[in-house]
Amino acid sequence: MASLVGSRVERKEDKKLLTGRGKYTADVNFINQTFAYFVRSPHARAQIKKVDIAKAMKASGVVSILTGADIANDKIGGLIAGWRIKSEDGSDMKVPAHPPLANETVNYVGDHVAVVIAESLDEARNAAELVKVDYKILKAVVDTNKAMNSDQIYKDIPKNLCFDWLLGDRAKVKEAFEKADKIIKIDLINNRLIPNAMEPRAANADYNPSTEEITLYTTSQNPHLARIIISAFNGVAPENKLRVIAPDVGGGFGSKIYPYAEEVVCSWAAKKIERPVKWVADRTESFLSDCHGRDHVTHAELAVKNDGTFLGFKNETIANIGAYASVFATVTPTYLFGPCATGVYKMPAAYTNVKAVFTNTAPVDAYRGAGRPEATYTIETLVEKAARELGMDPAEIRMKNFPTQFPFQQTLVHSVDSGDYVSGLKKAMEVADYKGFEKRKRDSASRGKLRGIGLCSYFEACGIAPSPVVMMLGCGIGLWESAEVRFNPTGNVTVFTGSHSHGQGHDTTFAQIAADQLGVPIENIEISHGDTDKGPFGYGTYGSRSLTVGGTAIVKACDKIIAKGKRVAAKMLEANVDDVEFSNGEFVVAKSNKKKTIGEIAFACYLPGTYGEVKSPLPEGEEPGLKETSFFDPANFSFPAGSHICEVEVDPETGETKVAKYTAIDDFGTIINPLVVEGQVHGGIVQGIGQALYENCHYDNTGQLVTASYMDYTMPRADNFPEFDLGFTCTPATSNPLGTKGCGEAGAIASPPAVMNAVMNAIGTEISMPATAEKVWKACNQNKKKNSEAA
Amino acid sequence: MKTFNYHSAKDVKEASKLSSSSSAFLAGGMTTIPSIKLGLASYKDIIDIKKIKSLSGIKVTGKTVRIGSTTKHVEVAKSKDVKKVIPSLVALAEGIGDPQVRNRGTIGGSIANNDPSADYPSACIALNAVIHTNSRKIDAEKFFKGMFETSLKSGEIIEAIEFSIPEKSNYQKYPNPASRYAVVGVYVAKHKKGVNVAVTGAKSCVYNDKDLSKALTNNFSSSAIDSVRISSSGMNSDIHASAEYRANMVKVFAKKAVEAC
Repeated sequence: MASLVGSRVERKEDKKLLTGRGKYTADVNFINQTFAYFVRSPHARAQIKKVDIAKAMKASGVVSILTGADIANDKIGGLIAGWRIKSEDGSDMKVPAHPPLANETVNYVGDHVAVVIAESLDEARNAAELVKVDYKILKAVVDTNKAMNSDQIYKDIPKNLCFDWLLGDRAKVKEAFEKADKIIKIDLINNRLIPNAMEPRAANADYNPSTEEITLYTTSQNPHLARIIISAFNGVAPENKLRVIAPDVGGGFGSKIYPYAEEVVCSWAAKKIERPVKWVADRTESFLSDCHGRDHVTHAELAVKNDGTFLGFKNETIANIGAYASVFATVTPTYLFGPCATGVYKMPAAYTNVKAVFTNTAPVDAYRGAGRPEATYTIETLVEKAARELGMDPAEIRMKNFPTQFPFQQTLVHSVDSGDYVSGLKKAMEVADYKGFEKRKRDSASRGKLRGIGLCSYFEACGIAPSPVVMMLGCGIGLWESAEVRFNPTGNVTVFTGSHSHGQGHDTTFAQIAADQLGVPIENIEISHGDTDKGPFGYGTYGSRSLTVGGTAIVKACDKIIAKGKRVAAKMLEANVDDVEFSNGEFVVAKSNKKKTIGEIAFACYLPGTYGEVKSPLPEGEEPGLKETSFFDPANFSFPAGSHICEVEVDPETGETKVAKYTAIDDFGTIINPLVVEGQVHGGIVQGIGQALYENCHYDNTGQLVTASYMDYTMPRADNFPEFDLGFTCTPATSNPLGTKGCGEAGAIASPPAVMNAVMNAIGTEISMPATAEKVWKACNQNKKKNSEAA
Repeated sequence: MKTFNYHSAKDVKEASKLSSSSSAFLAGGMTTIPSIKLGLASYKDIIDIKKIKSLSGIKVTGKTVRIGSTTKHVEVAKSKDVKKVIPSLVALAEGIGDPQVRNRGTIGGSIANNDPSADYPSACIALNAVIHTNSRKIDAEKFFKGMFETSLKSGEIIEAIEFSIPEKSNYQKYPNPASRYAVVGVYVAKHKKGVNVAVTGAKSCVYNDKDLSKALTNNFSSSAIDSVRISSSGMNSDIHASAEYRANMVKVFAKKAVEAC
């Protein structure tokens, strides 16, 4: 049987998903179901003086209205920050209480105040308008850069500072900077983004009073985590009385890793009223209340020698984490950001200092790349500026500072197991026809256009993560992954994984892996995920981890199946177990023609007897059945890397910027399914180009979200992009048996700096993201003015 | 969403009779329906006029193109007859919104709503359109009164829009990258008696730029625009484009339109 790993198997799940046969949370309905509508704060910051529900309770169809006082009375716990960060001075981070329904104060527009539960959605919504909330409006803190010097939002959190964190060695950096020929400095903003998953968040909770069990359907990348948080922290129901099911999930990009207030409230309310409670976000609610991404203000410096050698790096960043500390809000701008900020380079000395601030905006948490796009944007725009100031080719300065020996001990944290950055950049330059750029630039100029080229070489740490390492760094949970491989008696296979596909194609790639391991045709393998009652506990899908961690757990479980299969085959074939070999789905006794297929072995394991005689095919002491579980905890992160090259064409009269050419060469180690990987790279690149040129979350100075719909928030669209030229290099990861490295976030990590370096190369001026037409036009005008003054 | 009474009128007379101060006419519903859904508007009665046959259809005569008010954008975009005489009008219709909007949205709905960044109002101004209603004829110049405001009276229904066929014309717009409405749209039309330069998106209401029109009437070439100063005063300013940028775009897109004529 030919190996399936490495082949372009079409996605098994697409038939269902593309023909409307998927089943999403909003598709789930229960008999006797009610509908929830949340009363949300219209103010960015206010005290709640009174919530009057009397009139609303009398409205048509209303079943119940619950408020912050009710949730406090029932002692339902608040939402949690899942990662503990310590400040440079050793003190613990400071986080405010985050009740699922606000009790005393509201802290961003969209904050949850009450829930109206009615017989229909229209009735719930209409009654919600009658809930009278008496607010004392307070001055909102909105600006990331000014948050530390603004009004204090929470009584116990001075300067609105969650933590002031340091990674690295300030003294060593100081020394390195003293030796520098030149110091390159930049100030930049990493613009705030709204995730915009295609499927809005939703929850449908059903409570059975006789068994006291809650079944919660929800839009989650991580149903097991939702279950443990809602049980152990919110205290809605014991873990054994809470089943969480995330059916098909339509994208998340990080925004659906953890449970929100709505899931907690629906589960709690369902138990309280003993009826199912369904909530589906409308698009405006998604804009207002999904956790946002990025939002950094950074000052960074690079110390260099005149020949382009890097000596040291410093990074001073203020990260806005919004009104409350969400589950991964504190790790995103620290351990996911700081270590990667020195980029893909040898950097003798470095530090990253991050001040995380609270503001009266929606919580900010992990968003595709989570910290690593911010890190890569910082170093890669800085390196490009260094090349400009030193008069070096941007490719040459990168090559000069790449490590060439692996494993490579990266400056701040990571030991990078494998890579070949030089070959990657060389290949990218070749595919992008780097040499031909000047000619293309002249051609653009002849049409009145400015053409620019920009590079980005990146590495990132993903495949999270070794549990002892992350727990030592403050993570509240381990980040291993589970798999259960279950042979059915008739020889086909169900694989349970603790990760959860929300668009990644696990049904296909995981089946490819199991098919190769077990020698079973891919059609005979089903992948099951997303239900806490099926399969073992797991940690879900994010941080480009599912394949390297979850896929490896499948391999390990298959290994156990094969080991048992060998023992059974040895007995059945009357051979020594050490002489039994397994390949292509067959157990063969060495140097003989005696063999059993894995299907025959499975059958024998389930039906261990023979008609008319007492005889078991199983060795003595062997249990019947063929099912194995594995929990895999990786020894290291995985470190994908690559080089992207972008060319843009700018119309100086209008400032419109067109991506003219885009090349991406990535090293993801072993590739299981190139079709799926290319899809991931495409998606990542367009998301990154979205950040660079179009997307921007904008709050006005009172904390109102101005970009709260697609009329104002610019999503990139297919007609914004050229064809992408993709290619791969391969240095297999050594930390997992498949040799794979994560690929889900790389595109979004590499593309913003590649695009922005190209824009800045075209117009000759520094400019912040997103490079909108007006901003670029203004920069072109200023250049024109400068040039005419000079002349 | 508040509930409402739905009526489907069989003719203009019935539609008009059903209307009141708390009713709305429904054609494509591309603005009305989302406004109701978002709670921005609520009506007691919705009067559907889509089934009134006399309101739909395209008729080209020697000097004019007459388009019924409930004619969909896609019908104009695909009309070979219109393309022969006013290709720019076909191009404008092809560029409105997205296929879903073009398959439902109507010309009458567009101009009755008079969104400051809608495309069709500029065509009406540039092509000296006459708006036929169930009670009178209104010149386009007098029809568009201000932001979302027209000279239509309560119960008055647009029946058709009659465009004059120009010698040459072209429409160019810079679409808002988020909504794809016109940040600035410029419709240039050269008639026997002179040139109109209608601008949408830039101000609170579509307008005929007299300076650009005059310059092009004297000399129909893009270089004639170079010397015209476009003031940003009175122009819209929002997160997508400042007044200053819009003023620049009016000039740039007027030139593009002339060059494409």
